[in-house]
Amino acid sequence: MKILIGIVGLFILIQGTWIYQNKPLEQSITDGEEIYLDFCIQCHLDNGEGVSGVFPPLAKSDYLINNIEMSIRGLKYGLSGPIVVNGEQYNGIMQNQGLDDVEIADVMNYILNNWGNEFNKVITAEQVYKIEK
Amino acid sequence: MTKKIFAPLFISVFCVISCISQENPPEVETPDQSKFTTEIIVDGLEIPWGMDFISENEILVTEKKGILYRVTNGNKVEVSGLPEIYQRGQGGLLDVALHPDFKNNKLIYFTAAVHLEGDPGGNTALYCAELNGNSISNLKLFYKGKPNTKKGQHWGSRIVFDDMGHLFFAIGDRGNRDVNPQDLTRDGGKIYRLNLDGSIPDDNPFIDQEGALKAIYSYGHRNPQGITIHPKTGEVWENEHGPKGGDEINIVQKGKNYGWPLITYGINYSGTSITDKRSMPGMEQPLYYWVPSIAPSGMAFSSSNIYKKWKGNLFVGSLKFKYLERLVLKRGKVVKREKILDEIGRVRNVKQGPDGYLYLGVEGKGILKVIQK
Repeated sequence: MKILIGIVGLFILIQGTWIYQNKPLEQSITDGEEIYLDFCIQCHLDNGEGVSGVFPPLAKSDYLINNIEMSIRGLKYGLSGPIVVNGEQYNGIMQNQGLDDVEIADVMNYILNNWGNEFNKVITAEQVYKIEK
Repeated sequence: MTKKIFAPLFISVFCVISCISQENPPEVETPDQSKFTTEIIVDGLEIPWGMDFISENEILVTEKKGILYRVTNGNKVEVSGLPEIYQRGQGGLLDVALHPDFKNNKLIYFTAAVHLEGDPGGNTALYCAELNGNSISNLKLFYKGKPNTKKGQHWGSRIVFDDMGHLFFAIGDRGNRDVNPQDLTRDGGKIYRLNLDGSIPDDNPFIDQEGALKAIYSYGHRNPQGITIHPKTGEVWENEHGPKGGDEINIVQKGKNYGWPLITYGINYSGTSITDKRSMPGMEQPLYYWVPSIAPSGMAFSSSNIYKKWKGNLFVGSLKFKYLERLVLKRGKVVKREKILDEIGRVRNVKQGPDGYLYLGVEGKGILKVIQK
């Protein structure tokens, strides 16, 4: 029985890392732009500037850079309730957009490398996969 | 010398400023907000996309994330028996409407994003089902847009009825604007008309056109988010999300082309042009277009005597600027616009209840009754 659990556990672990072949950052950013233009731009706008007091900015957002994991969780499961972004209070609802782990990683990489944002690590689908509610 | 330089400079600066602040008239007015208030009828809702009234005290409400509530005196109970809803971008559980003879047959209609066949992604579907207590049965798929797509945008929707036994509903362009809205052989960017039993009326405009989808009533739409019937004329009024600066109100007529994306008053979100054409022969002009865009959602006429001076006015929710817009119409034109309940929240839906009051679906809040003080 223990062996069985071990095998299943190992399988899940391997699958988690193995189903996602990490793509190069540049490709991820390109794919992420397509996701951004379809799912995000209506609220966060063309240059990630958002709408003051309604939709938080993504460009040079202190919340984003300081809360990478929380931001990924927000994309994966939705985000609601009060947050403070660049000194301004927001209290909206972002529902889960139905994006898969690869798409979330791509759009995060696009956002984190645009509009003056700089992030020295690559977000991988595997990292997204591991984030729980 | 200096005059020669400054005059053109002044003119060009003036032009730039006036272009930026250009608003399509009439300019929206903000009256004294202390004259309006709301009462919360249903609380604790995230995105109350659609609603309809069973009675004055009983409402059906959809949550976009896939829950249908039956609310009795503010107490909400989840209705069971829904099909699997496809959650993607702007798609989810959308509108709900009672059959005009619901009292006798217990039938309801709803629209939703679904994934049914093999292709990845989803499209908008219209269902009919019998509602008994807190569950639905005899679920029938009346229409499903094709093909599936993983695009998150523009599922359209809203369901209304005329008094001649027809049902109207809409599917947005599904993020494929250059292909869908102008092609009568494809779904998307259309308003559809069916009989109440789901069959296609014999006098639908494209019934005899080879290859055309027979359910289509009008086309060239981008993303309809509000549809209502004019209380006096019986016309189908529609609002839709355009691109930046291209949100529209249209009176939907049989077989007509509303022009998207060949004509529009809007531009891309990025500020680049989609087309420089605002009109073309054979394409309808909007009754009104909003610049700047307000992101209209929901639409209802006030036809009761409940409110002072509001009878016959049109009410539209603004998702973007978080207020209810009152539009006064005269001889087929919008002559006055007003912000009601400024900063109330993202107004997703507007309906007139059986008691004559206006009810709003507000994101993050719930269903609110509009009261004039």
